[in-house]
Amino acid sequence: MTSKEPKLFANESSESDSLFKASLPFRYNLDKVFAIVTWAATLSGLIVLGILLIDILIDGFSRLDWSFITSYPSRRAASAGILSPLVGSIWILVVTALIAFPLGVGAGIYLEEYSNDNWFTRLVEINIANLAAVPSIIYGLLGLQVFVRWFQPITNGRSILSGALTLALLILPIIIIGTREALRTVPSSLRQAGFALGATRWQVIREHVFPLALPGILTGTILALSRAIGETAPLIVIGALTFITFLPSISPQGLQSPFTVLPIQIYDWVSRPQVEFHNNAASGIIVLMLLLLVMNATAIFLRNKFQKSR
Amino acid sequence: MSTNPSSPPSPSSDLFRPNRQLSKWVELVVKYIFAAFALISVATTIGIVLTLIFETVEFFGDVPLWRFLTDREWTPRFVNPQYGIFVLISATLLTSAIAISVALPIGLLAAICLSEYAPPKVRSWLKPALEILAGVPTVVFGYFALLLVTPFLQNFIPALQGFNALSAGLVLGVSIIPLVASLSEDAIYAIPGSLRQGAYALGATKRETIVGVVLPSALSGIVASFVLAISRAIGETMIVTIAAGQNPQMGLNPFVPVMTMTAYIVQASLGDTPAGSLAYRTLFAVGMTLFLLTLVLNIFSFWFVRKFRETYE
Repeated sequence: MTSKEPKLFANESSESDSLFKASLPFRYNLDKVFAIVTWAATLSGLIVLGILLIDILIDGFSRLDWSFITSYPSRRAASAGILSPLVGSIWILVVTALIAFPLGVGAGIYLEEYSNDNWFTRLVEINIANLAAVPSIIYGLLGLQVFVRWFQPITNGRSILSGALTLALLILPIIIIGTREALRTVPSSLRQAGFALGATRWQVIREHVFPLALPGILTGTILALSRAIGETAPLIVIGALTFITFLPSISPQGLQSPFTVLPIQIYDWVSRPQVEFHNNAASGIIVLMLLLLVMNATAIFLRNKFQKSR
Repeated sequence: MSTNPSSPPSPSSDLFRPNRQLSKWVELVVKYIFAAFALISVATTIGIVLTLIFETVEFFGDVPLWRFLTDREWTPRFVNPQYGIFVLISATLLTSAIAISVALPIGLLAAICLSEYAPPKVRSWLKPALEILAGVPTVVFGYFALLLVTPFLQNFIPALQGFNALSAGLVLGVSIIPLVASLSEDAIYAIPGSLRQGAYALGATKRETIVGVVLPSALSGIVASFVLAISRAIGETMIVTIAAGQNPQMGLNPFVPVMTMTAYIVQASLGDTPAGSLAYRTLFAVGMTLFLLTLVLNIFSFWFVRKFRETYE
């Protein structure tokens, strides 16, 4: 019996050793490896971004000159340009903004300033979260059925107006969320001061809350629009053409004209076998990215100005 | 003299005449107009569901459901058309699987790095840089996949064809890394410091704290970001249309051209699809399948977040 007990203890201590290893050097080394792996993961995305940008600059720089911007698309790669896609993109951008901005901001103001936490608000909130996961091409199918087919007398079918309405629905949730976040940064003491002076809710919003939140709202809207300008799939589905050799007239009739946009032109060039067209695509991508850069720079400028003035 | 008692307020009432009746009306009108705007987002969802259901029902009037589910090929333009949707689904699952096997681990590790390891100054540079990656239009990623990644991979894999699911999936994965990183980081960042300090006090190292305490606490947010990334991968269009090809065939070989559901919709839209034709309805039937797939994922995410969300003071 007495000989057994020490053995038992020895067993126990070795067992608990196997459960708990306080081998600090090993654990610290593992920590270092883990930290390095996380850094590598973060940087890998940025490295890919860098390679992508350099590759496109190398491929596209040679074709990029003034005539590339002022020429219409052509069957010959050397004389093809991006005039009509660029103008189409700007048309779509402006019309989408005119539709989506008032709707999105109005909806955001309602949800943040007017509504209580009732079933309607919750329905809209769940719905907005769900719309974020709906693929953009599905919006294209919606636009095809509703704006191109049903609203044909107004939109004239596959037109700028149909495209802009479709993209407006696509970015509406983003603008609503951005508006709500901007409104939330306005201190509630401001609203209460307004009410105390006898102003109605709308007067307080119009005169005090909205002007303060406006830079934030604009930032969100510009970011949403930069999503719209890169969208390709929904516009292909509603039937934007790839070969347009005229510009829409700057009038309400222009809204009803067929159109093409930069991403669709780029897609058209990429999907051709010739290298010359691929280089055209790269040049088109440079123009598209410059457009996005200008928009994002504006958004960042607004955000910084906003943060400083508060 | 009889007006004298009321004369002091009269100058000010010249300046300020509240028209309470009008204010009330404006208040009501503004409120209901804005509520109608908020309703548009609900109307969008209803519109999507109704148009998809409407045209899909018409489609199944021409093509029976069992053929849609059991045909072994996808050849809607042939003389004897076949409508095996699983051909397109297999391609979508293949590219998505490759994409998420890239995006989920890298995105989560990047999120950990941003919230736990990166100093605030570095973080304030890294986040906008990742946002730039998120803002690159997908058609640009398509160019990248077709003209740079595929030729590069062909150096190592001679069997790789010009259009293939592999490079489309890889680049698709890169394009959704920022989504995973940013949403997961929000979830991890929201975990209070007291939990970490508790783990340190018990003798855990930083990695053990992250893996054992922080990540499980942020689980619901991380899973929500994963699910959103998966539905983004399934619904993504231009990368797979450009780089994975337009060749509908069953199978999970990543080296050959395939056709995803989204690529079919693009290809058919570029062709002639007059309203009311079978080709037109086929678009919506495929769209419906795509929508249902993302909807199921979305509902799962909603359920998961509800069940596993933990709130901290």
